[in-house]
Amino acid sequence: MKYKVDKNGYYGEFGGAFIPELLYPNVEELALNYERIISSEAFQKEYIQLLKDYVGRPTPLYFAKRLSEKYHVPIYLKREDLNHTGAHKINNTIGQILIAKHLGKKRIIAETGAGQHGVATATVCALMNLECVVYMGAVDIERQAPNVARMKMLGATVIPAKSGSQTLKDATNEAIRDWIGNPEDTYYLIGSVVGPHPYPDMVAKLQSVISEEIKAQLLEKTGTEFPTKIIACVGGGSNAAGAFYHFLENENVELIAVEAAGKGVETEETAATSQVGDMGILHGSKTLLMQDEFGQVIEPYSISAGLDYPGVGPLHAHLFQSKRATFLNATDMEALEAALELTRLEGIIPALESAHALAVLSKINFKKDDVVVLNLSGRGDKDLATYQKYLDHE
Amino acid sequence: MNKLNKIFKEKKNRISSLFFTAGFPTLDSTIPILKTLEKNKIDFVEVGMPYSDPMADGETIQNSSKIALENGMNLDILFSQLEKAKNEVSIPMVLMGYLNQVLKYGVDKFCERCKTCGIETVILPDLPIFEYEKFYKEKFEKYGIQNVFLITPQTSEERIRKIDALSETFIYVVASASITGAKSSISEKQISYFERIQKMNLKNPTMIGFGISNKETFDVACEYANGAIIGSAFIKMISNSENYMEEFQDWNFTK
Repeated sequence: MKYKVDKNGYYGEFGGAFIPELLYPNVEELALNYERIISSEAFQKEYIQLLKDYVGRPTPLYFAKRLSEKYHVPIYLKREDLNHTGAHKINNTIGQILIAKHLGKKRIIAETGAGQHGVATATVCALMNLECVVYMGAVDIERQAPNVARMKMLGATVIPAKSGSQTLKDATNEAIRDWIGNPEDTYYLIGSVVGPHPYPDMVAKLQSVISEEIKAQLLEKTGTEFPTKIIACVGGGSNAAGAFYHFLENENVELIAVEAAGKGVETEETAATSQVGDMGILHGSKTLLMQDEFGQVIEPYSISAGLDYPGVGPLHAHLFQSKRATFLNATDMEALEAALELTRLEGIIPALESAHALAVLSKINFKKDDVVVLNLSGRGDKDLATYQKYLDHE
Repeated sequence: MNKLNKIFKEKKNRISSLFFTAGFPTLDSTIPILKTLEKNKIDFVEVGMPYSDPMADGETIQNSSKIALENGMNLDILFSQLEKAKNEVSIPMVLMGYLNQVLKYGVDKFCERCKTCGIETVILPDLPIFEYEKFYKEKFEKYGIQNVFLITPQTSEERIRKIDALSETFIYVVASASITGAKSSISEKQISYFERIQKMNLKNPTMIGFGISNKETFDVACEYANGAIIGSAFIKMISNSENYMEEFQDWNFTK
């Protein structure tokens, strides 16, 4: 098990729990209990039932015929865009809300960038009748108004993070500060495979339903469980962790992680952490991080708010360093072009995040016997304003 | 002997410590602030290394860090200021910041620079004892740098004992479950927590910090610990006054 977390919460050199003592009891409580809760019969029964009846799983594995013809390789799209609330995020929030309930927590806090995780959290809090507070960068609140409205309609309190650059990393800092101040009744529902151990492993496990389904569906369609390549976009990396999970130990399956290059990895406006970052500590985890020579965190840039994060989860840092995964990237423009291409070829409007994964199809030299699975992590409704602008410009 | 160990040996109570963010309010205010604190008989000072993502800090220290970074403060500049300060003041200094700053600077280089500045103690709140022992203890010890750890109302007795065994300078008793600068008074619940810690008869002296902001809170803290640490309240005073150096003379509740 070279790519799973070890007993101390590390993936190779990455991971751990670099947290102030103030958070220790909370994180320890979770670390000691999450595996037991997740594997319990009661949890599994409720989780699977909700994924089926409420989220709409299993999501289809769709053979994209016209896209395949274009790239001369069979391409299967894992349709996470068809989940309730529009993306893979809800797989995780359903799981964690059940864990929070098992731990007897009364109040849920979360961070959000584009608002997708915030909406997914507000949704499950409404479902479970729990108080919900979402921290969101003041800048993001401005540019993601529809998701803010959704969260409020779902009954969540949205608190603007006004520190730092007022985006996702600052919202995460604010959520951590809230948790420090409310250690007993509050559960911090992190939205990606980031943060102190056990979050990266817990979120990866909850998202692993994606690759579990891919295996069964691919077997049914092609006679083999294993594709030759799996492509997924990486911001913090939760959809990629879920899509890779059951293939991590099978080295015949190439894992392709796609980061947001923003305006280009050679520019200062990028979010391609593996290309411009190095080892550091971010939000309680030792990982790859965009930082200056004095360890100050650099603000990333991407057209996609979901990929606009200055680090990657420690699992992905390990996959990068050990070369288990191939890290590619796509610029804003390439992602926009790829989104339009999928829309016109297959009638599917992808999220801007997922469009980054699509954008590398043109960069890969496929072999004759390749079978590709691409994780279409979310739908593009939330990005229509951006797409509209691009189309008008074109 | 470590300068702080000497202070704790000679003075058993009402030990006063102030925190300020290096580079705030101006890039070169470090030495003037140190001189002011020394003149006013503060026992030791915590020099904050401003960080972009200070997750355990409240608004006041966050803002001071932001301004300090905008002023151009970094570890190279700070160490050169502190090296110069060594010839001008003798008040013991503790460096306080976040682990990533030290890792990126290089633990060896960081410790070497601390040595040349006469700094023997550091506080890195996001370096937990497990990771400290596993990865960094040997290195800090090689340079004779001591790490201070925090305990909180939620820290178990077993863990407090472990932290006590690992510590050699003092234990930082966080007054309540909160970020810095969040509270302004001390509750009954906090008192019973302070009493609990006091009764443990730890081998290390204790300093209470977080929420110590005036004479009243300072006095209460000193009843239950060897001294107290003031951070946000001092930063606020610096922020609100043009003449904070003079005004500080009247801020004599720590004496």
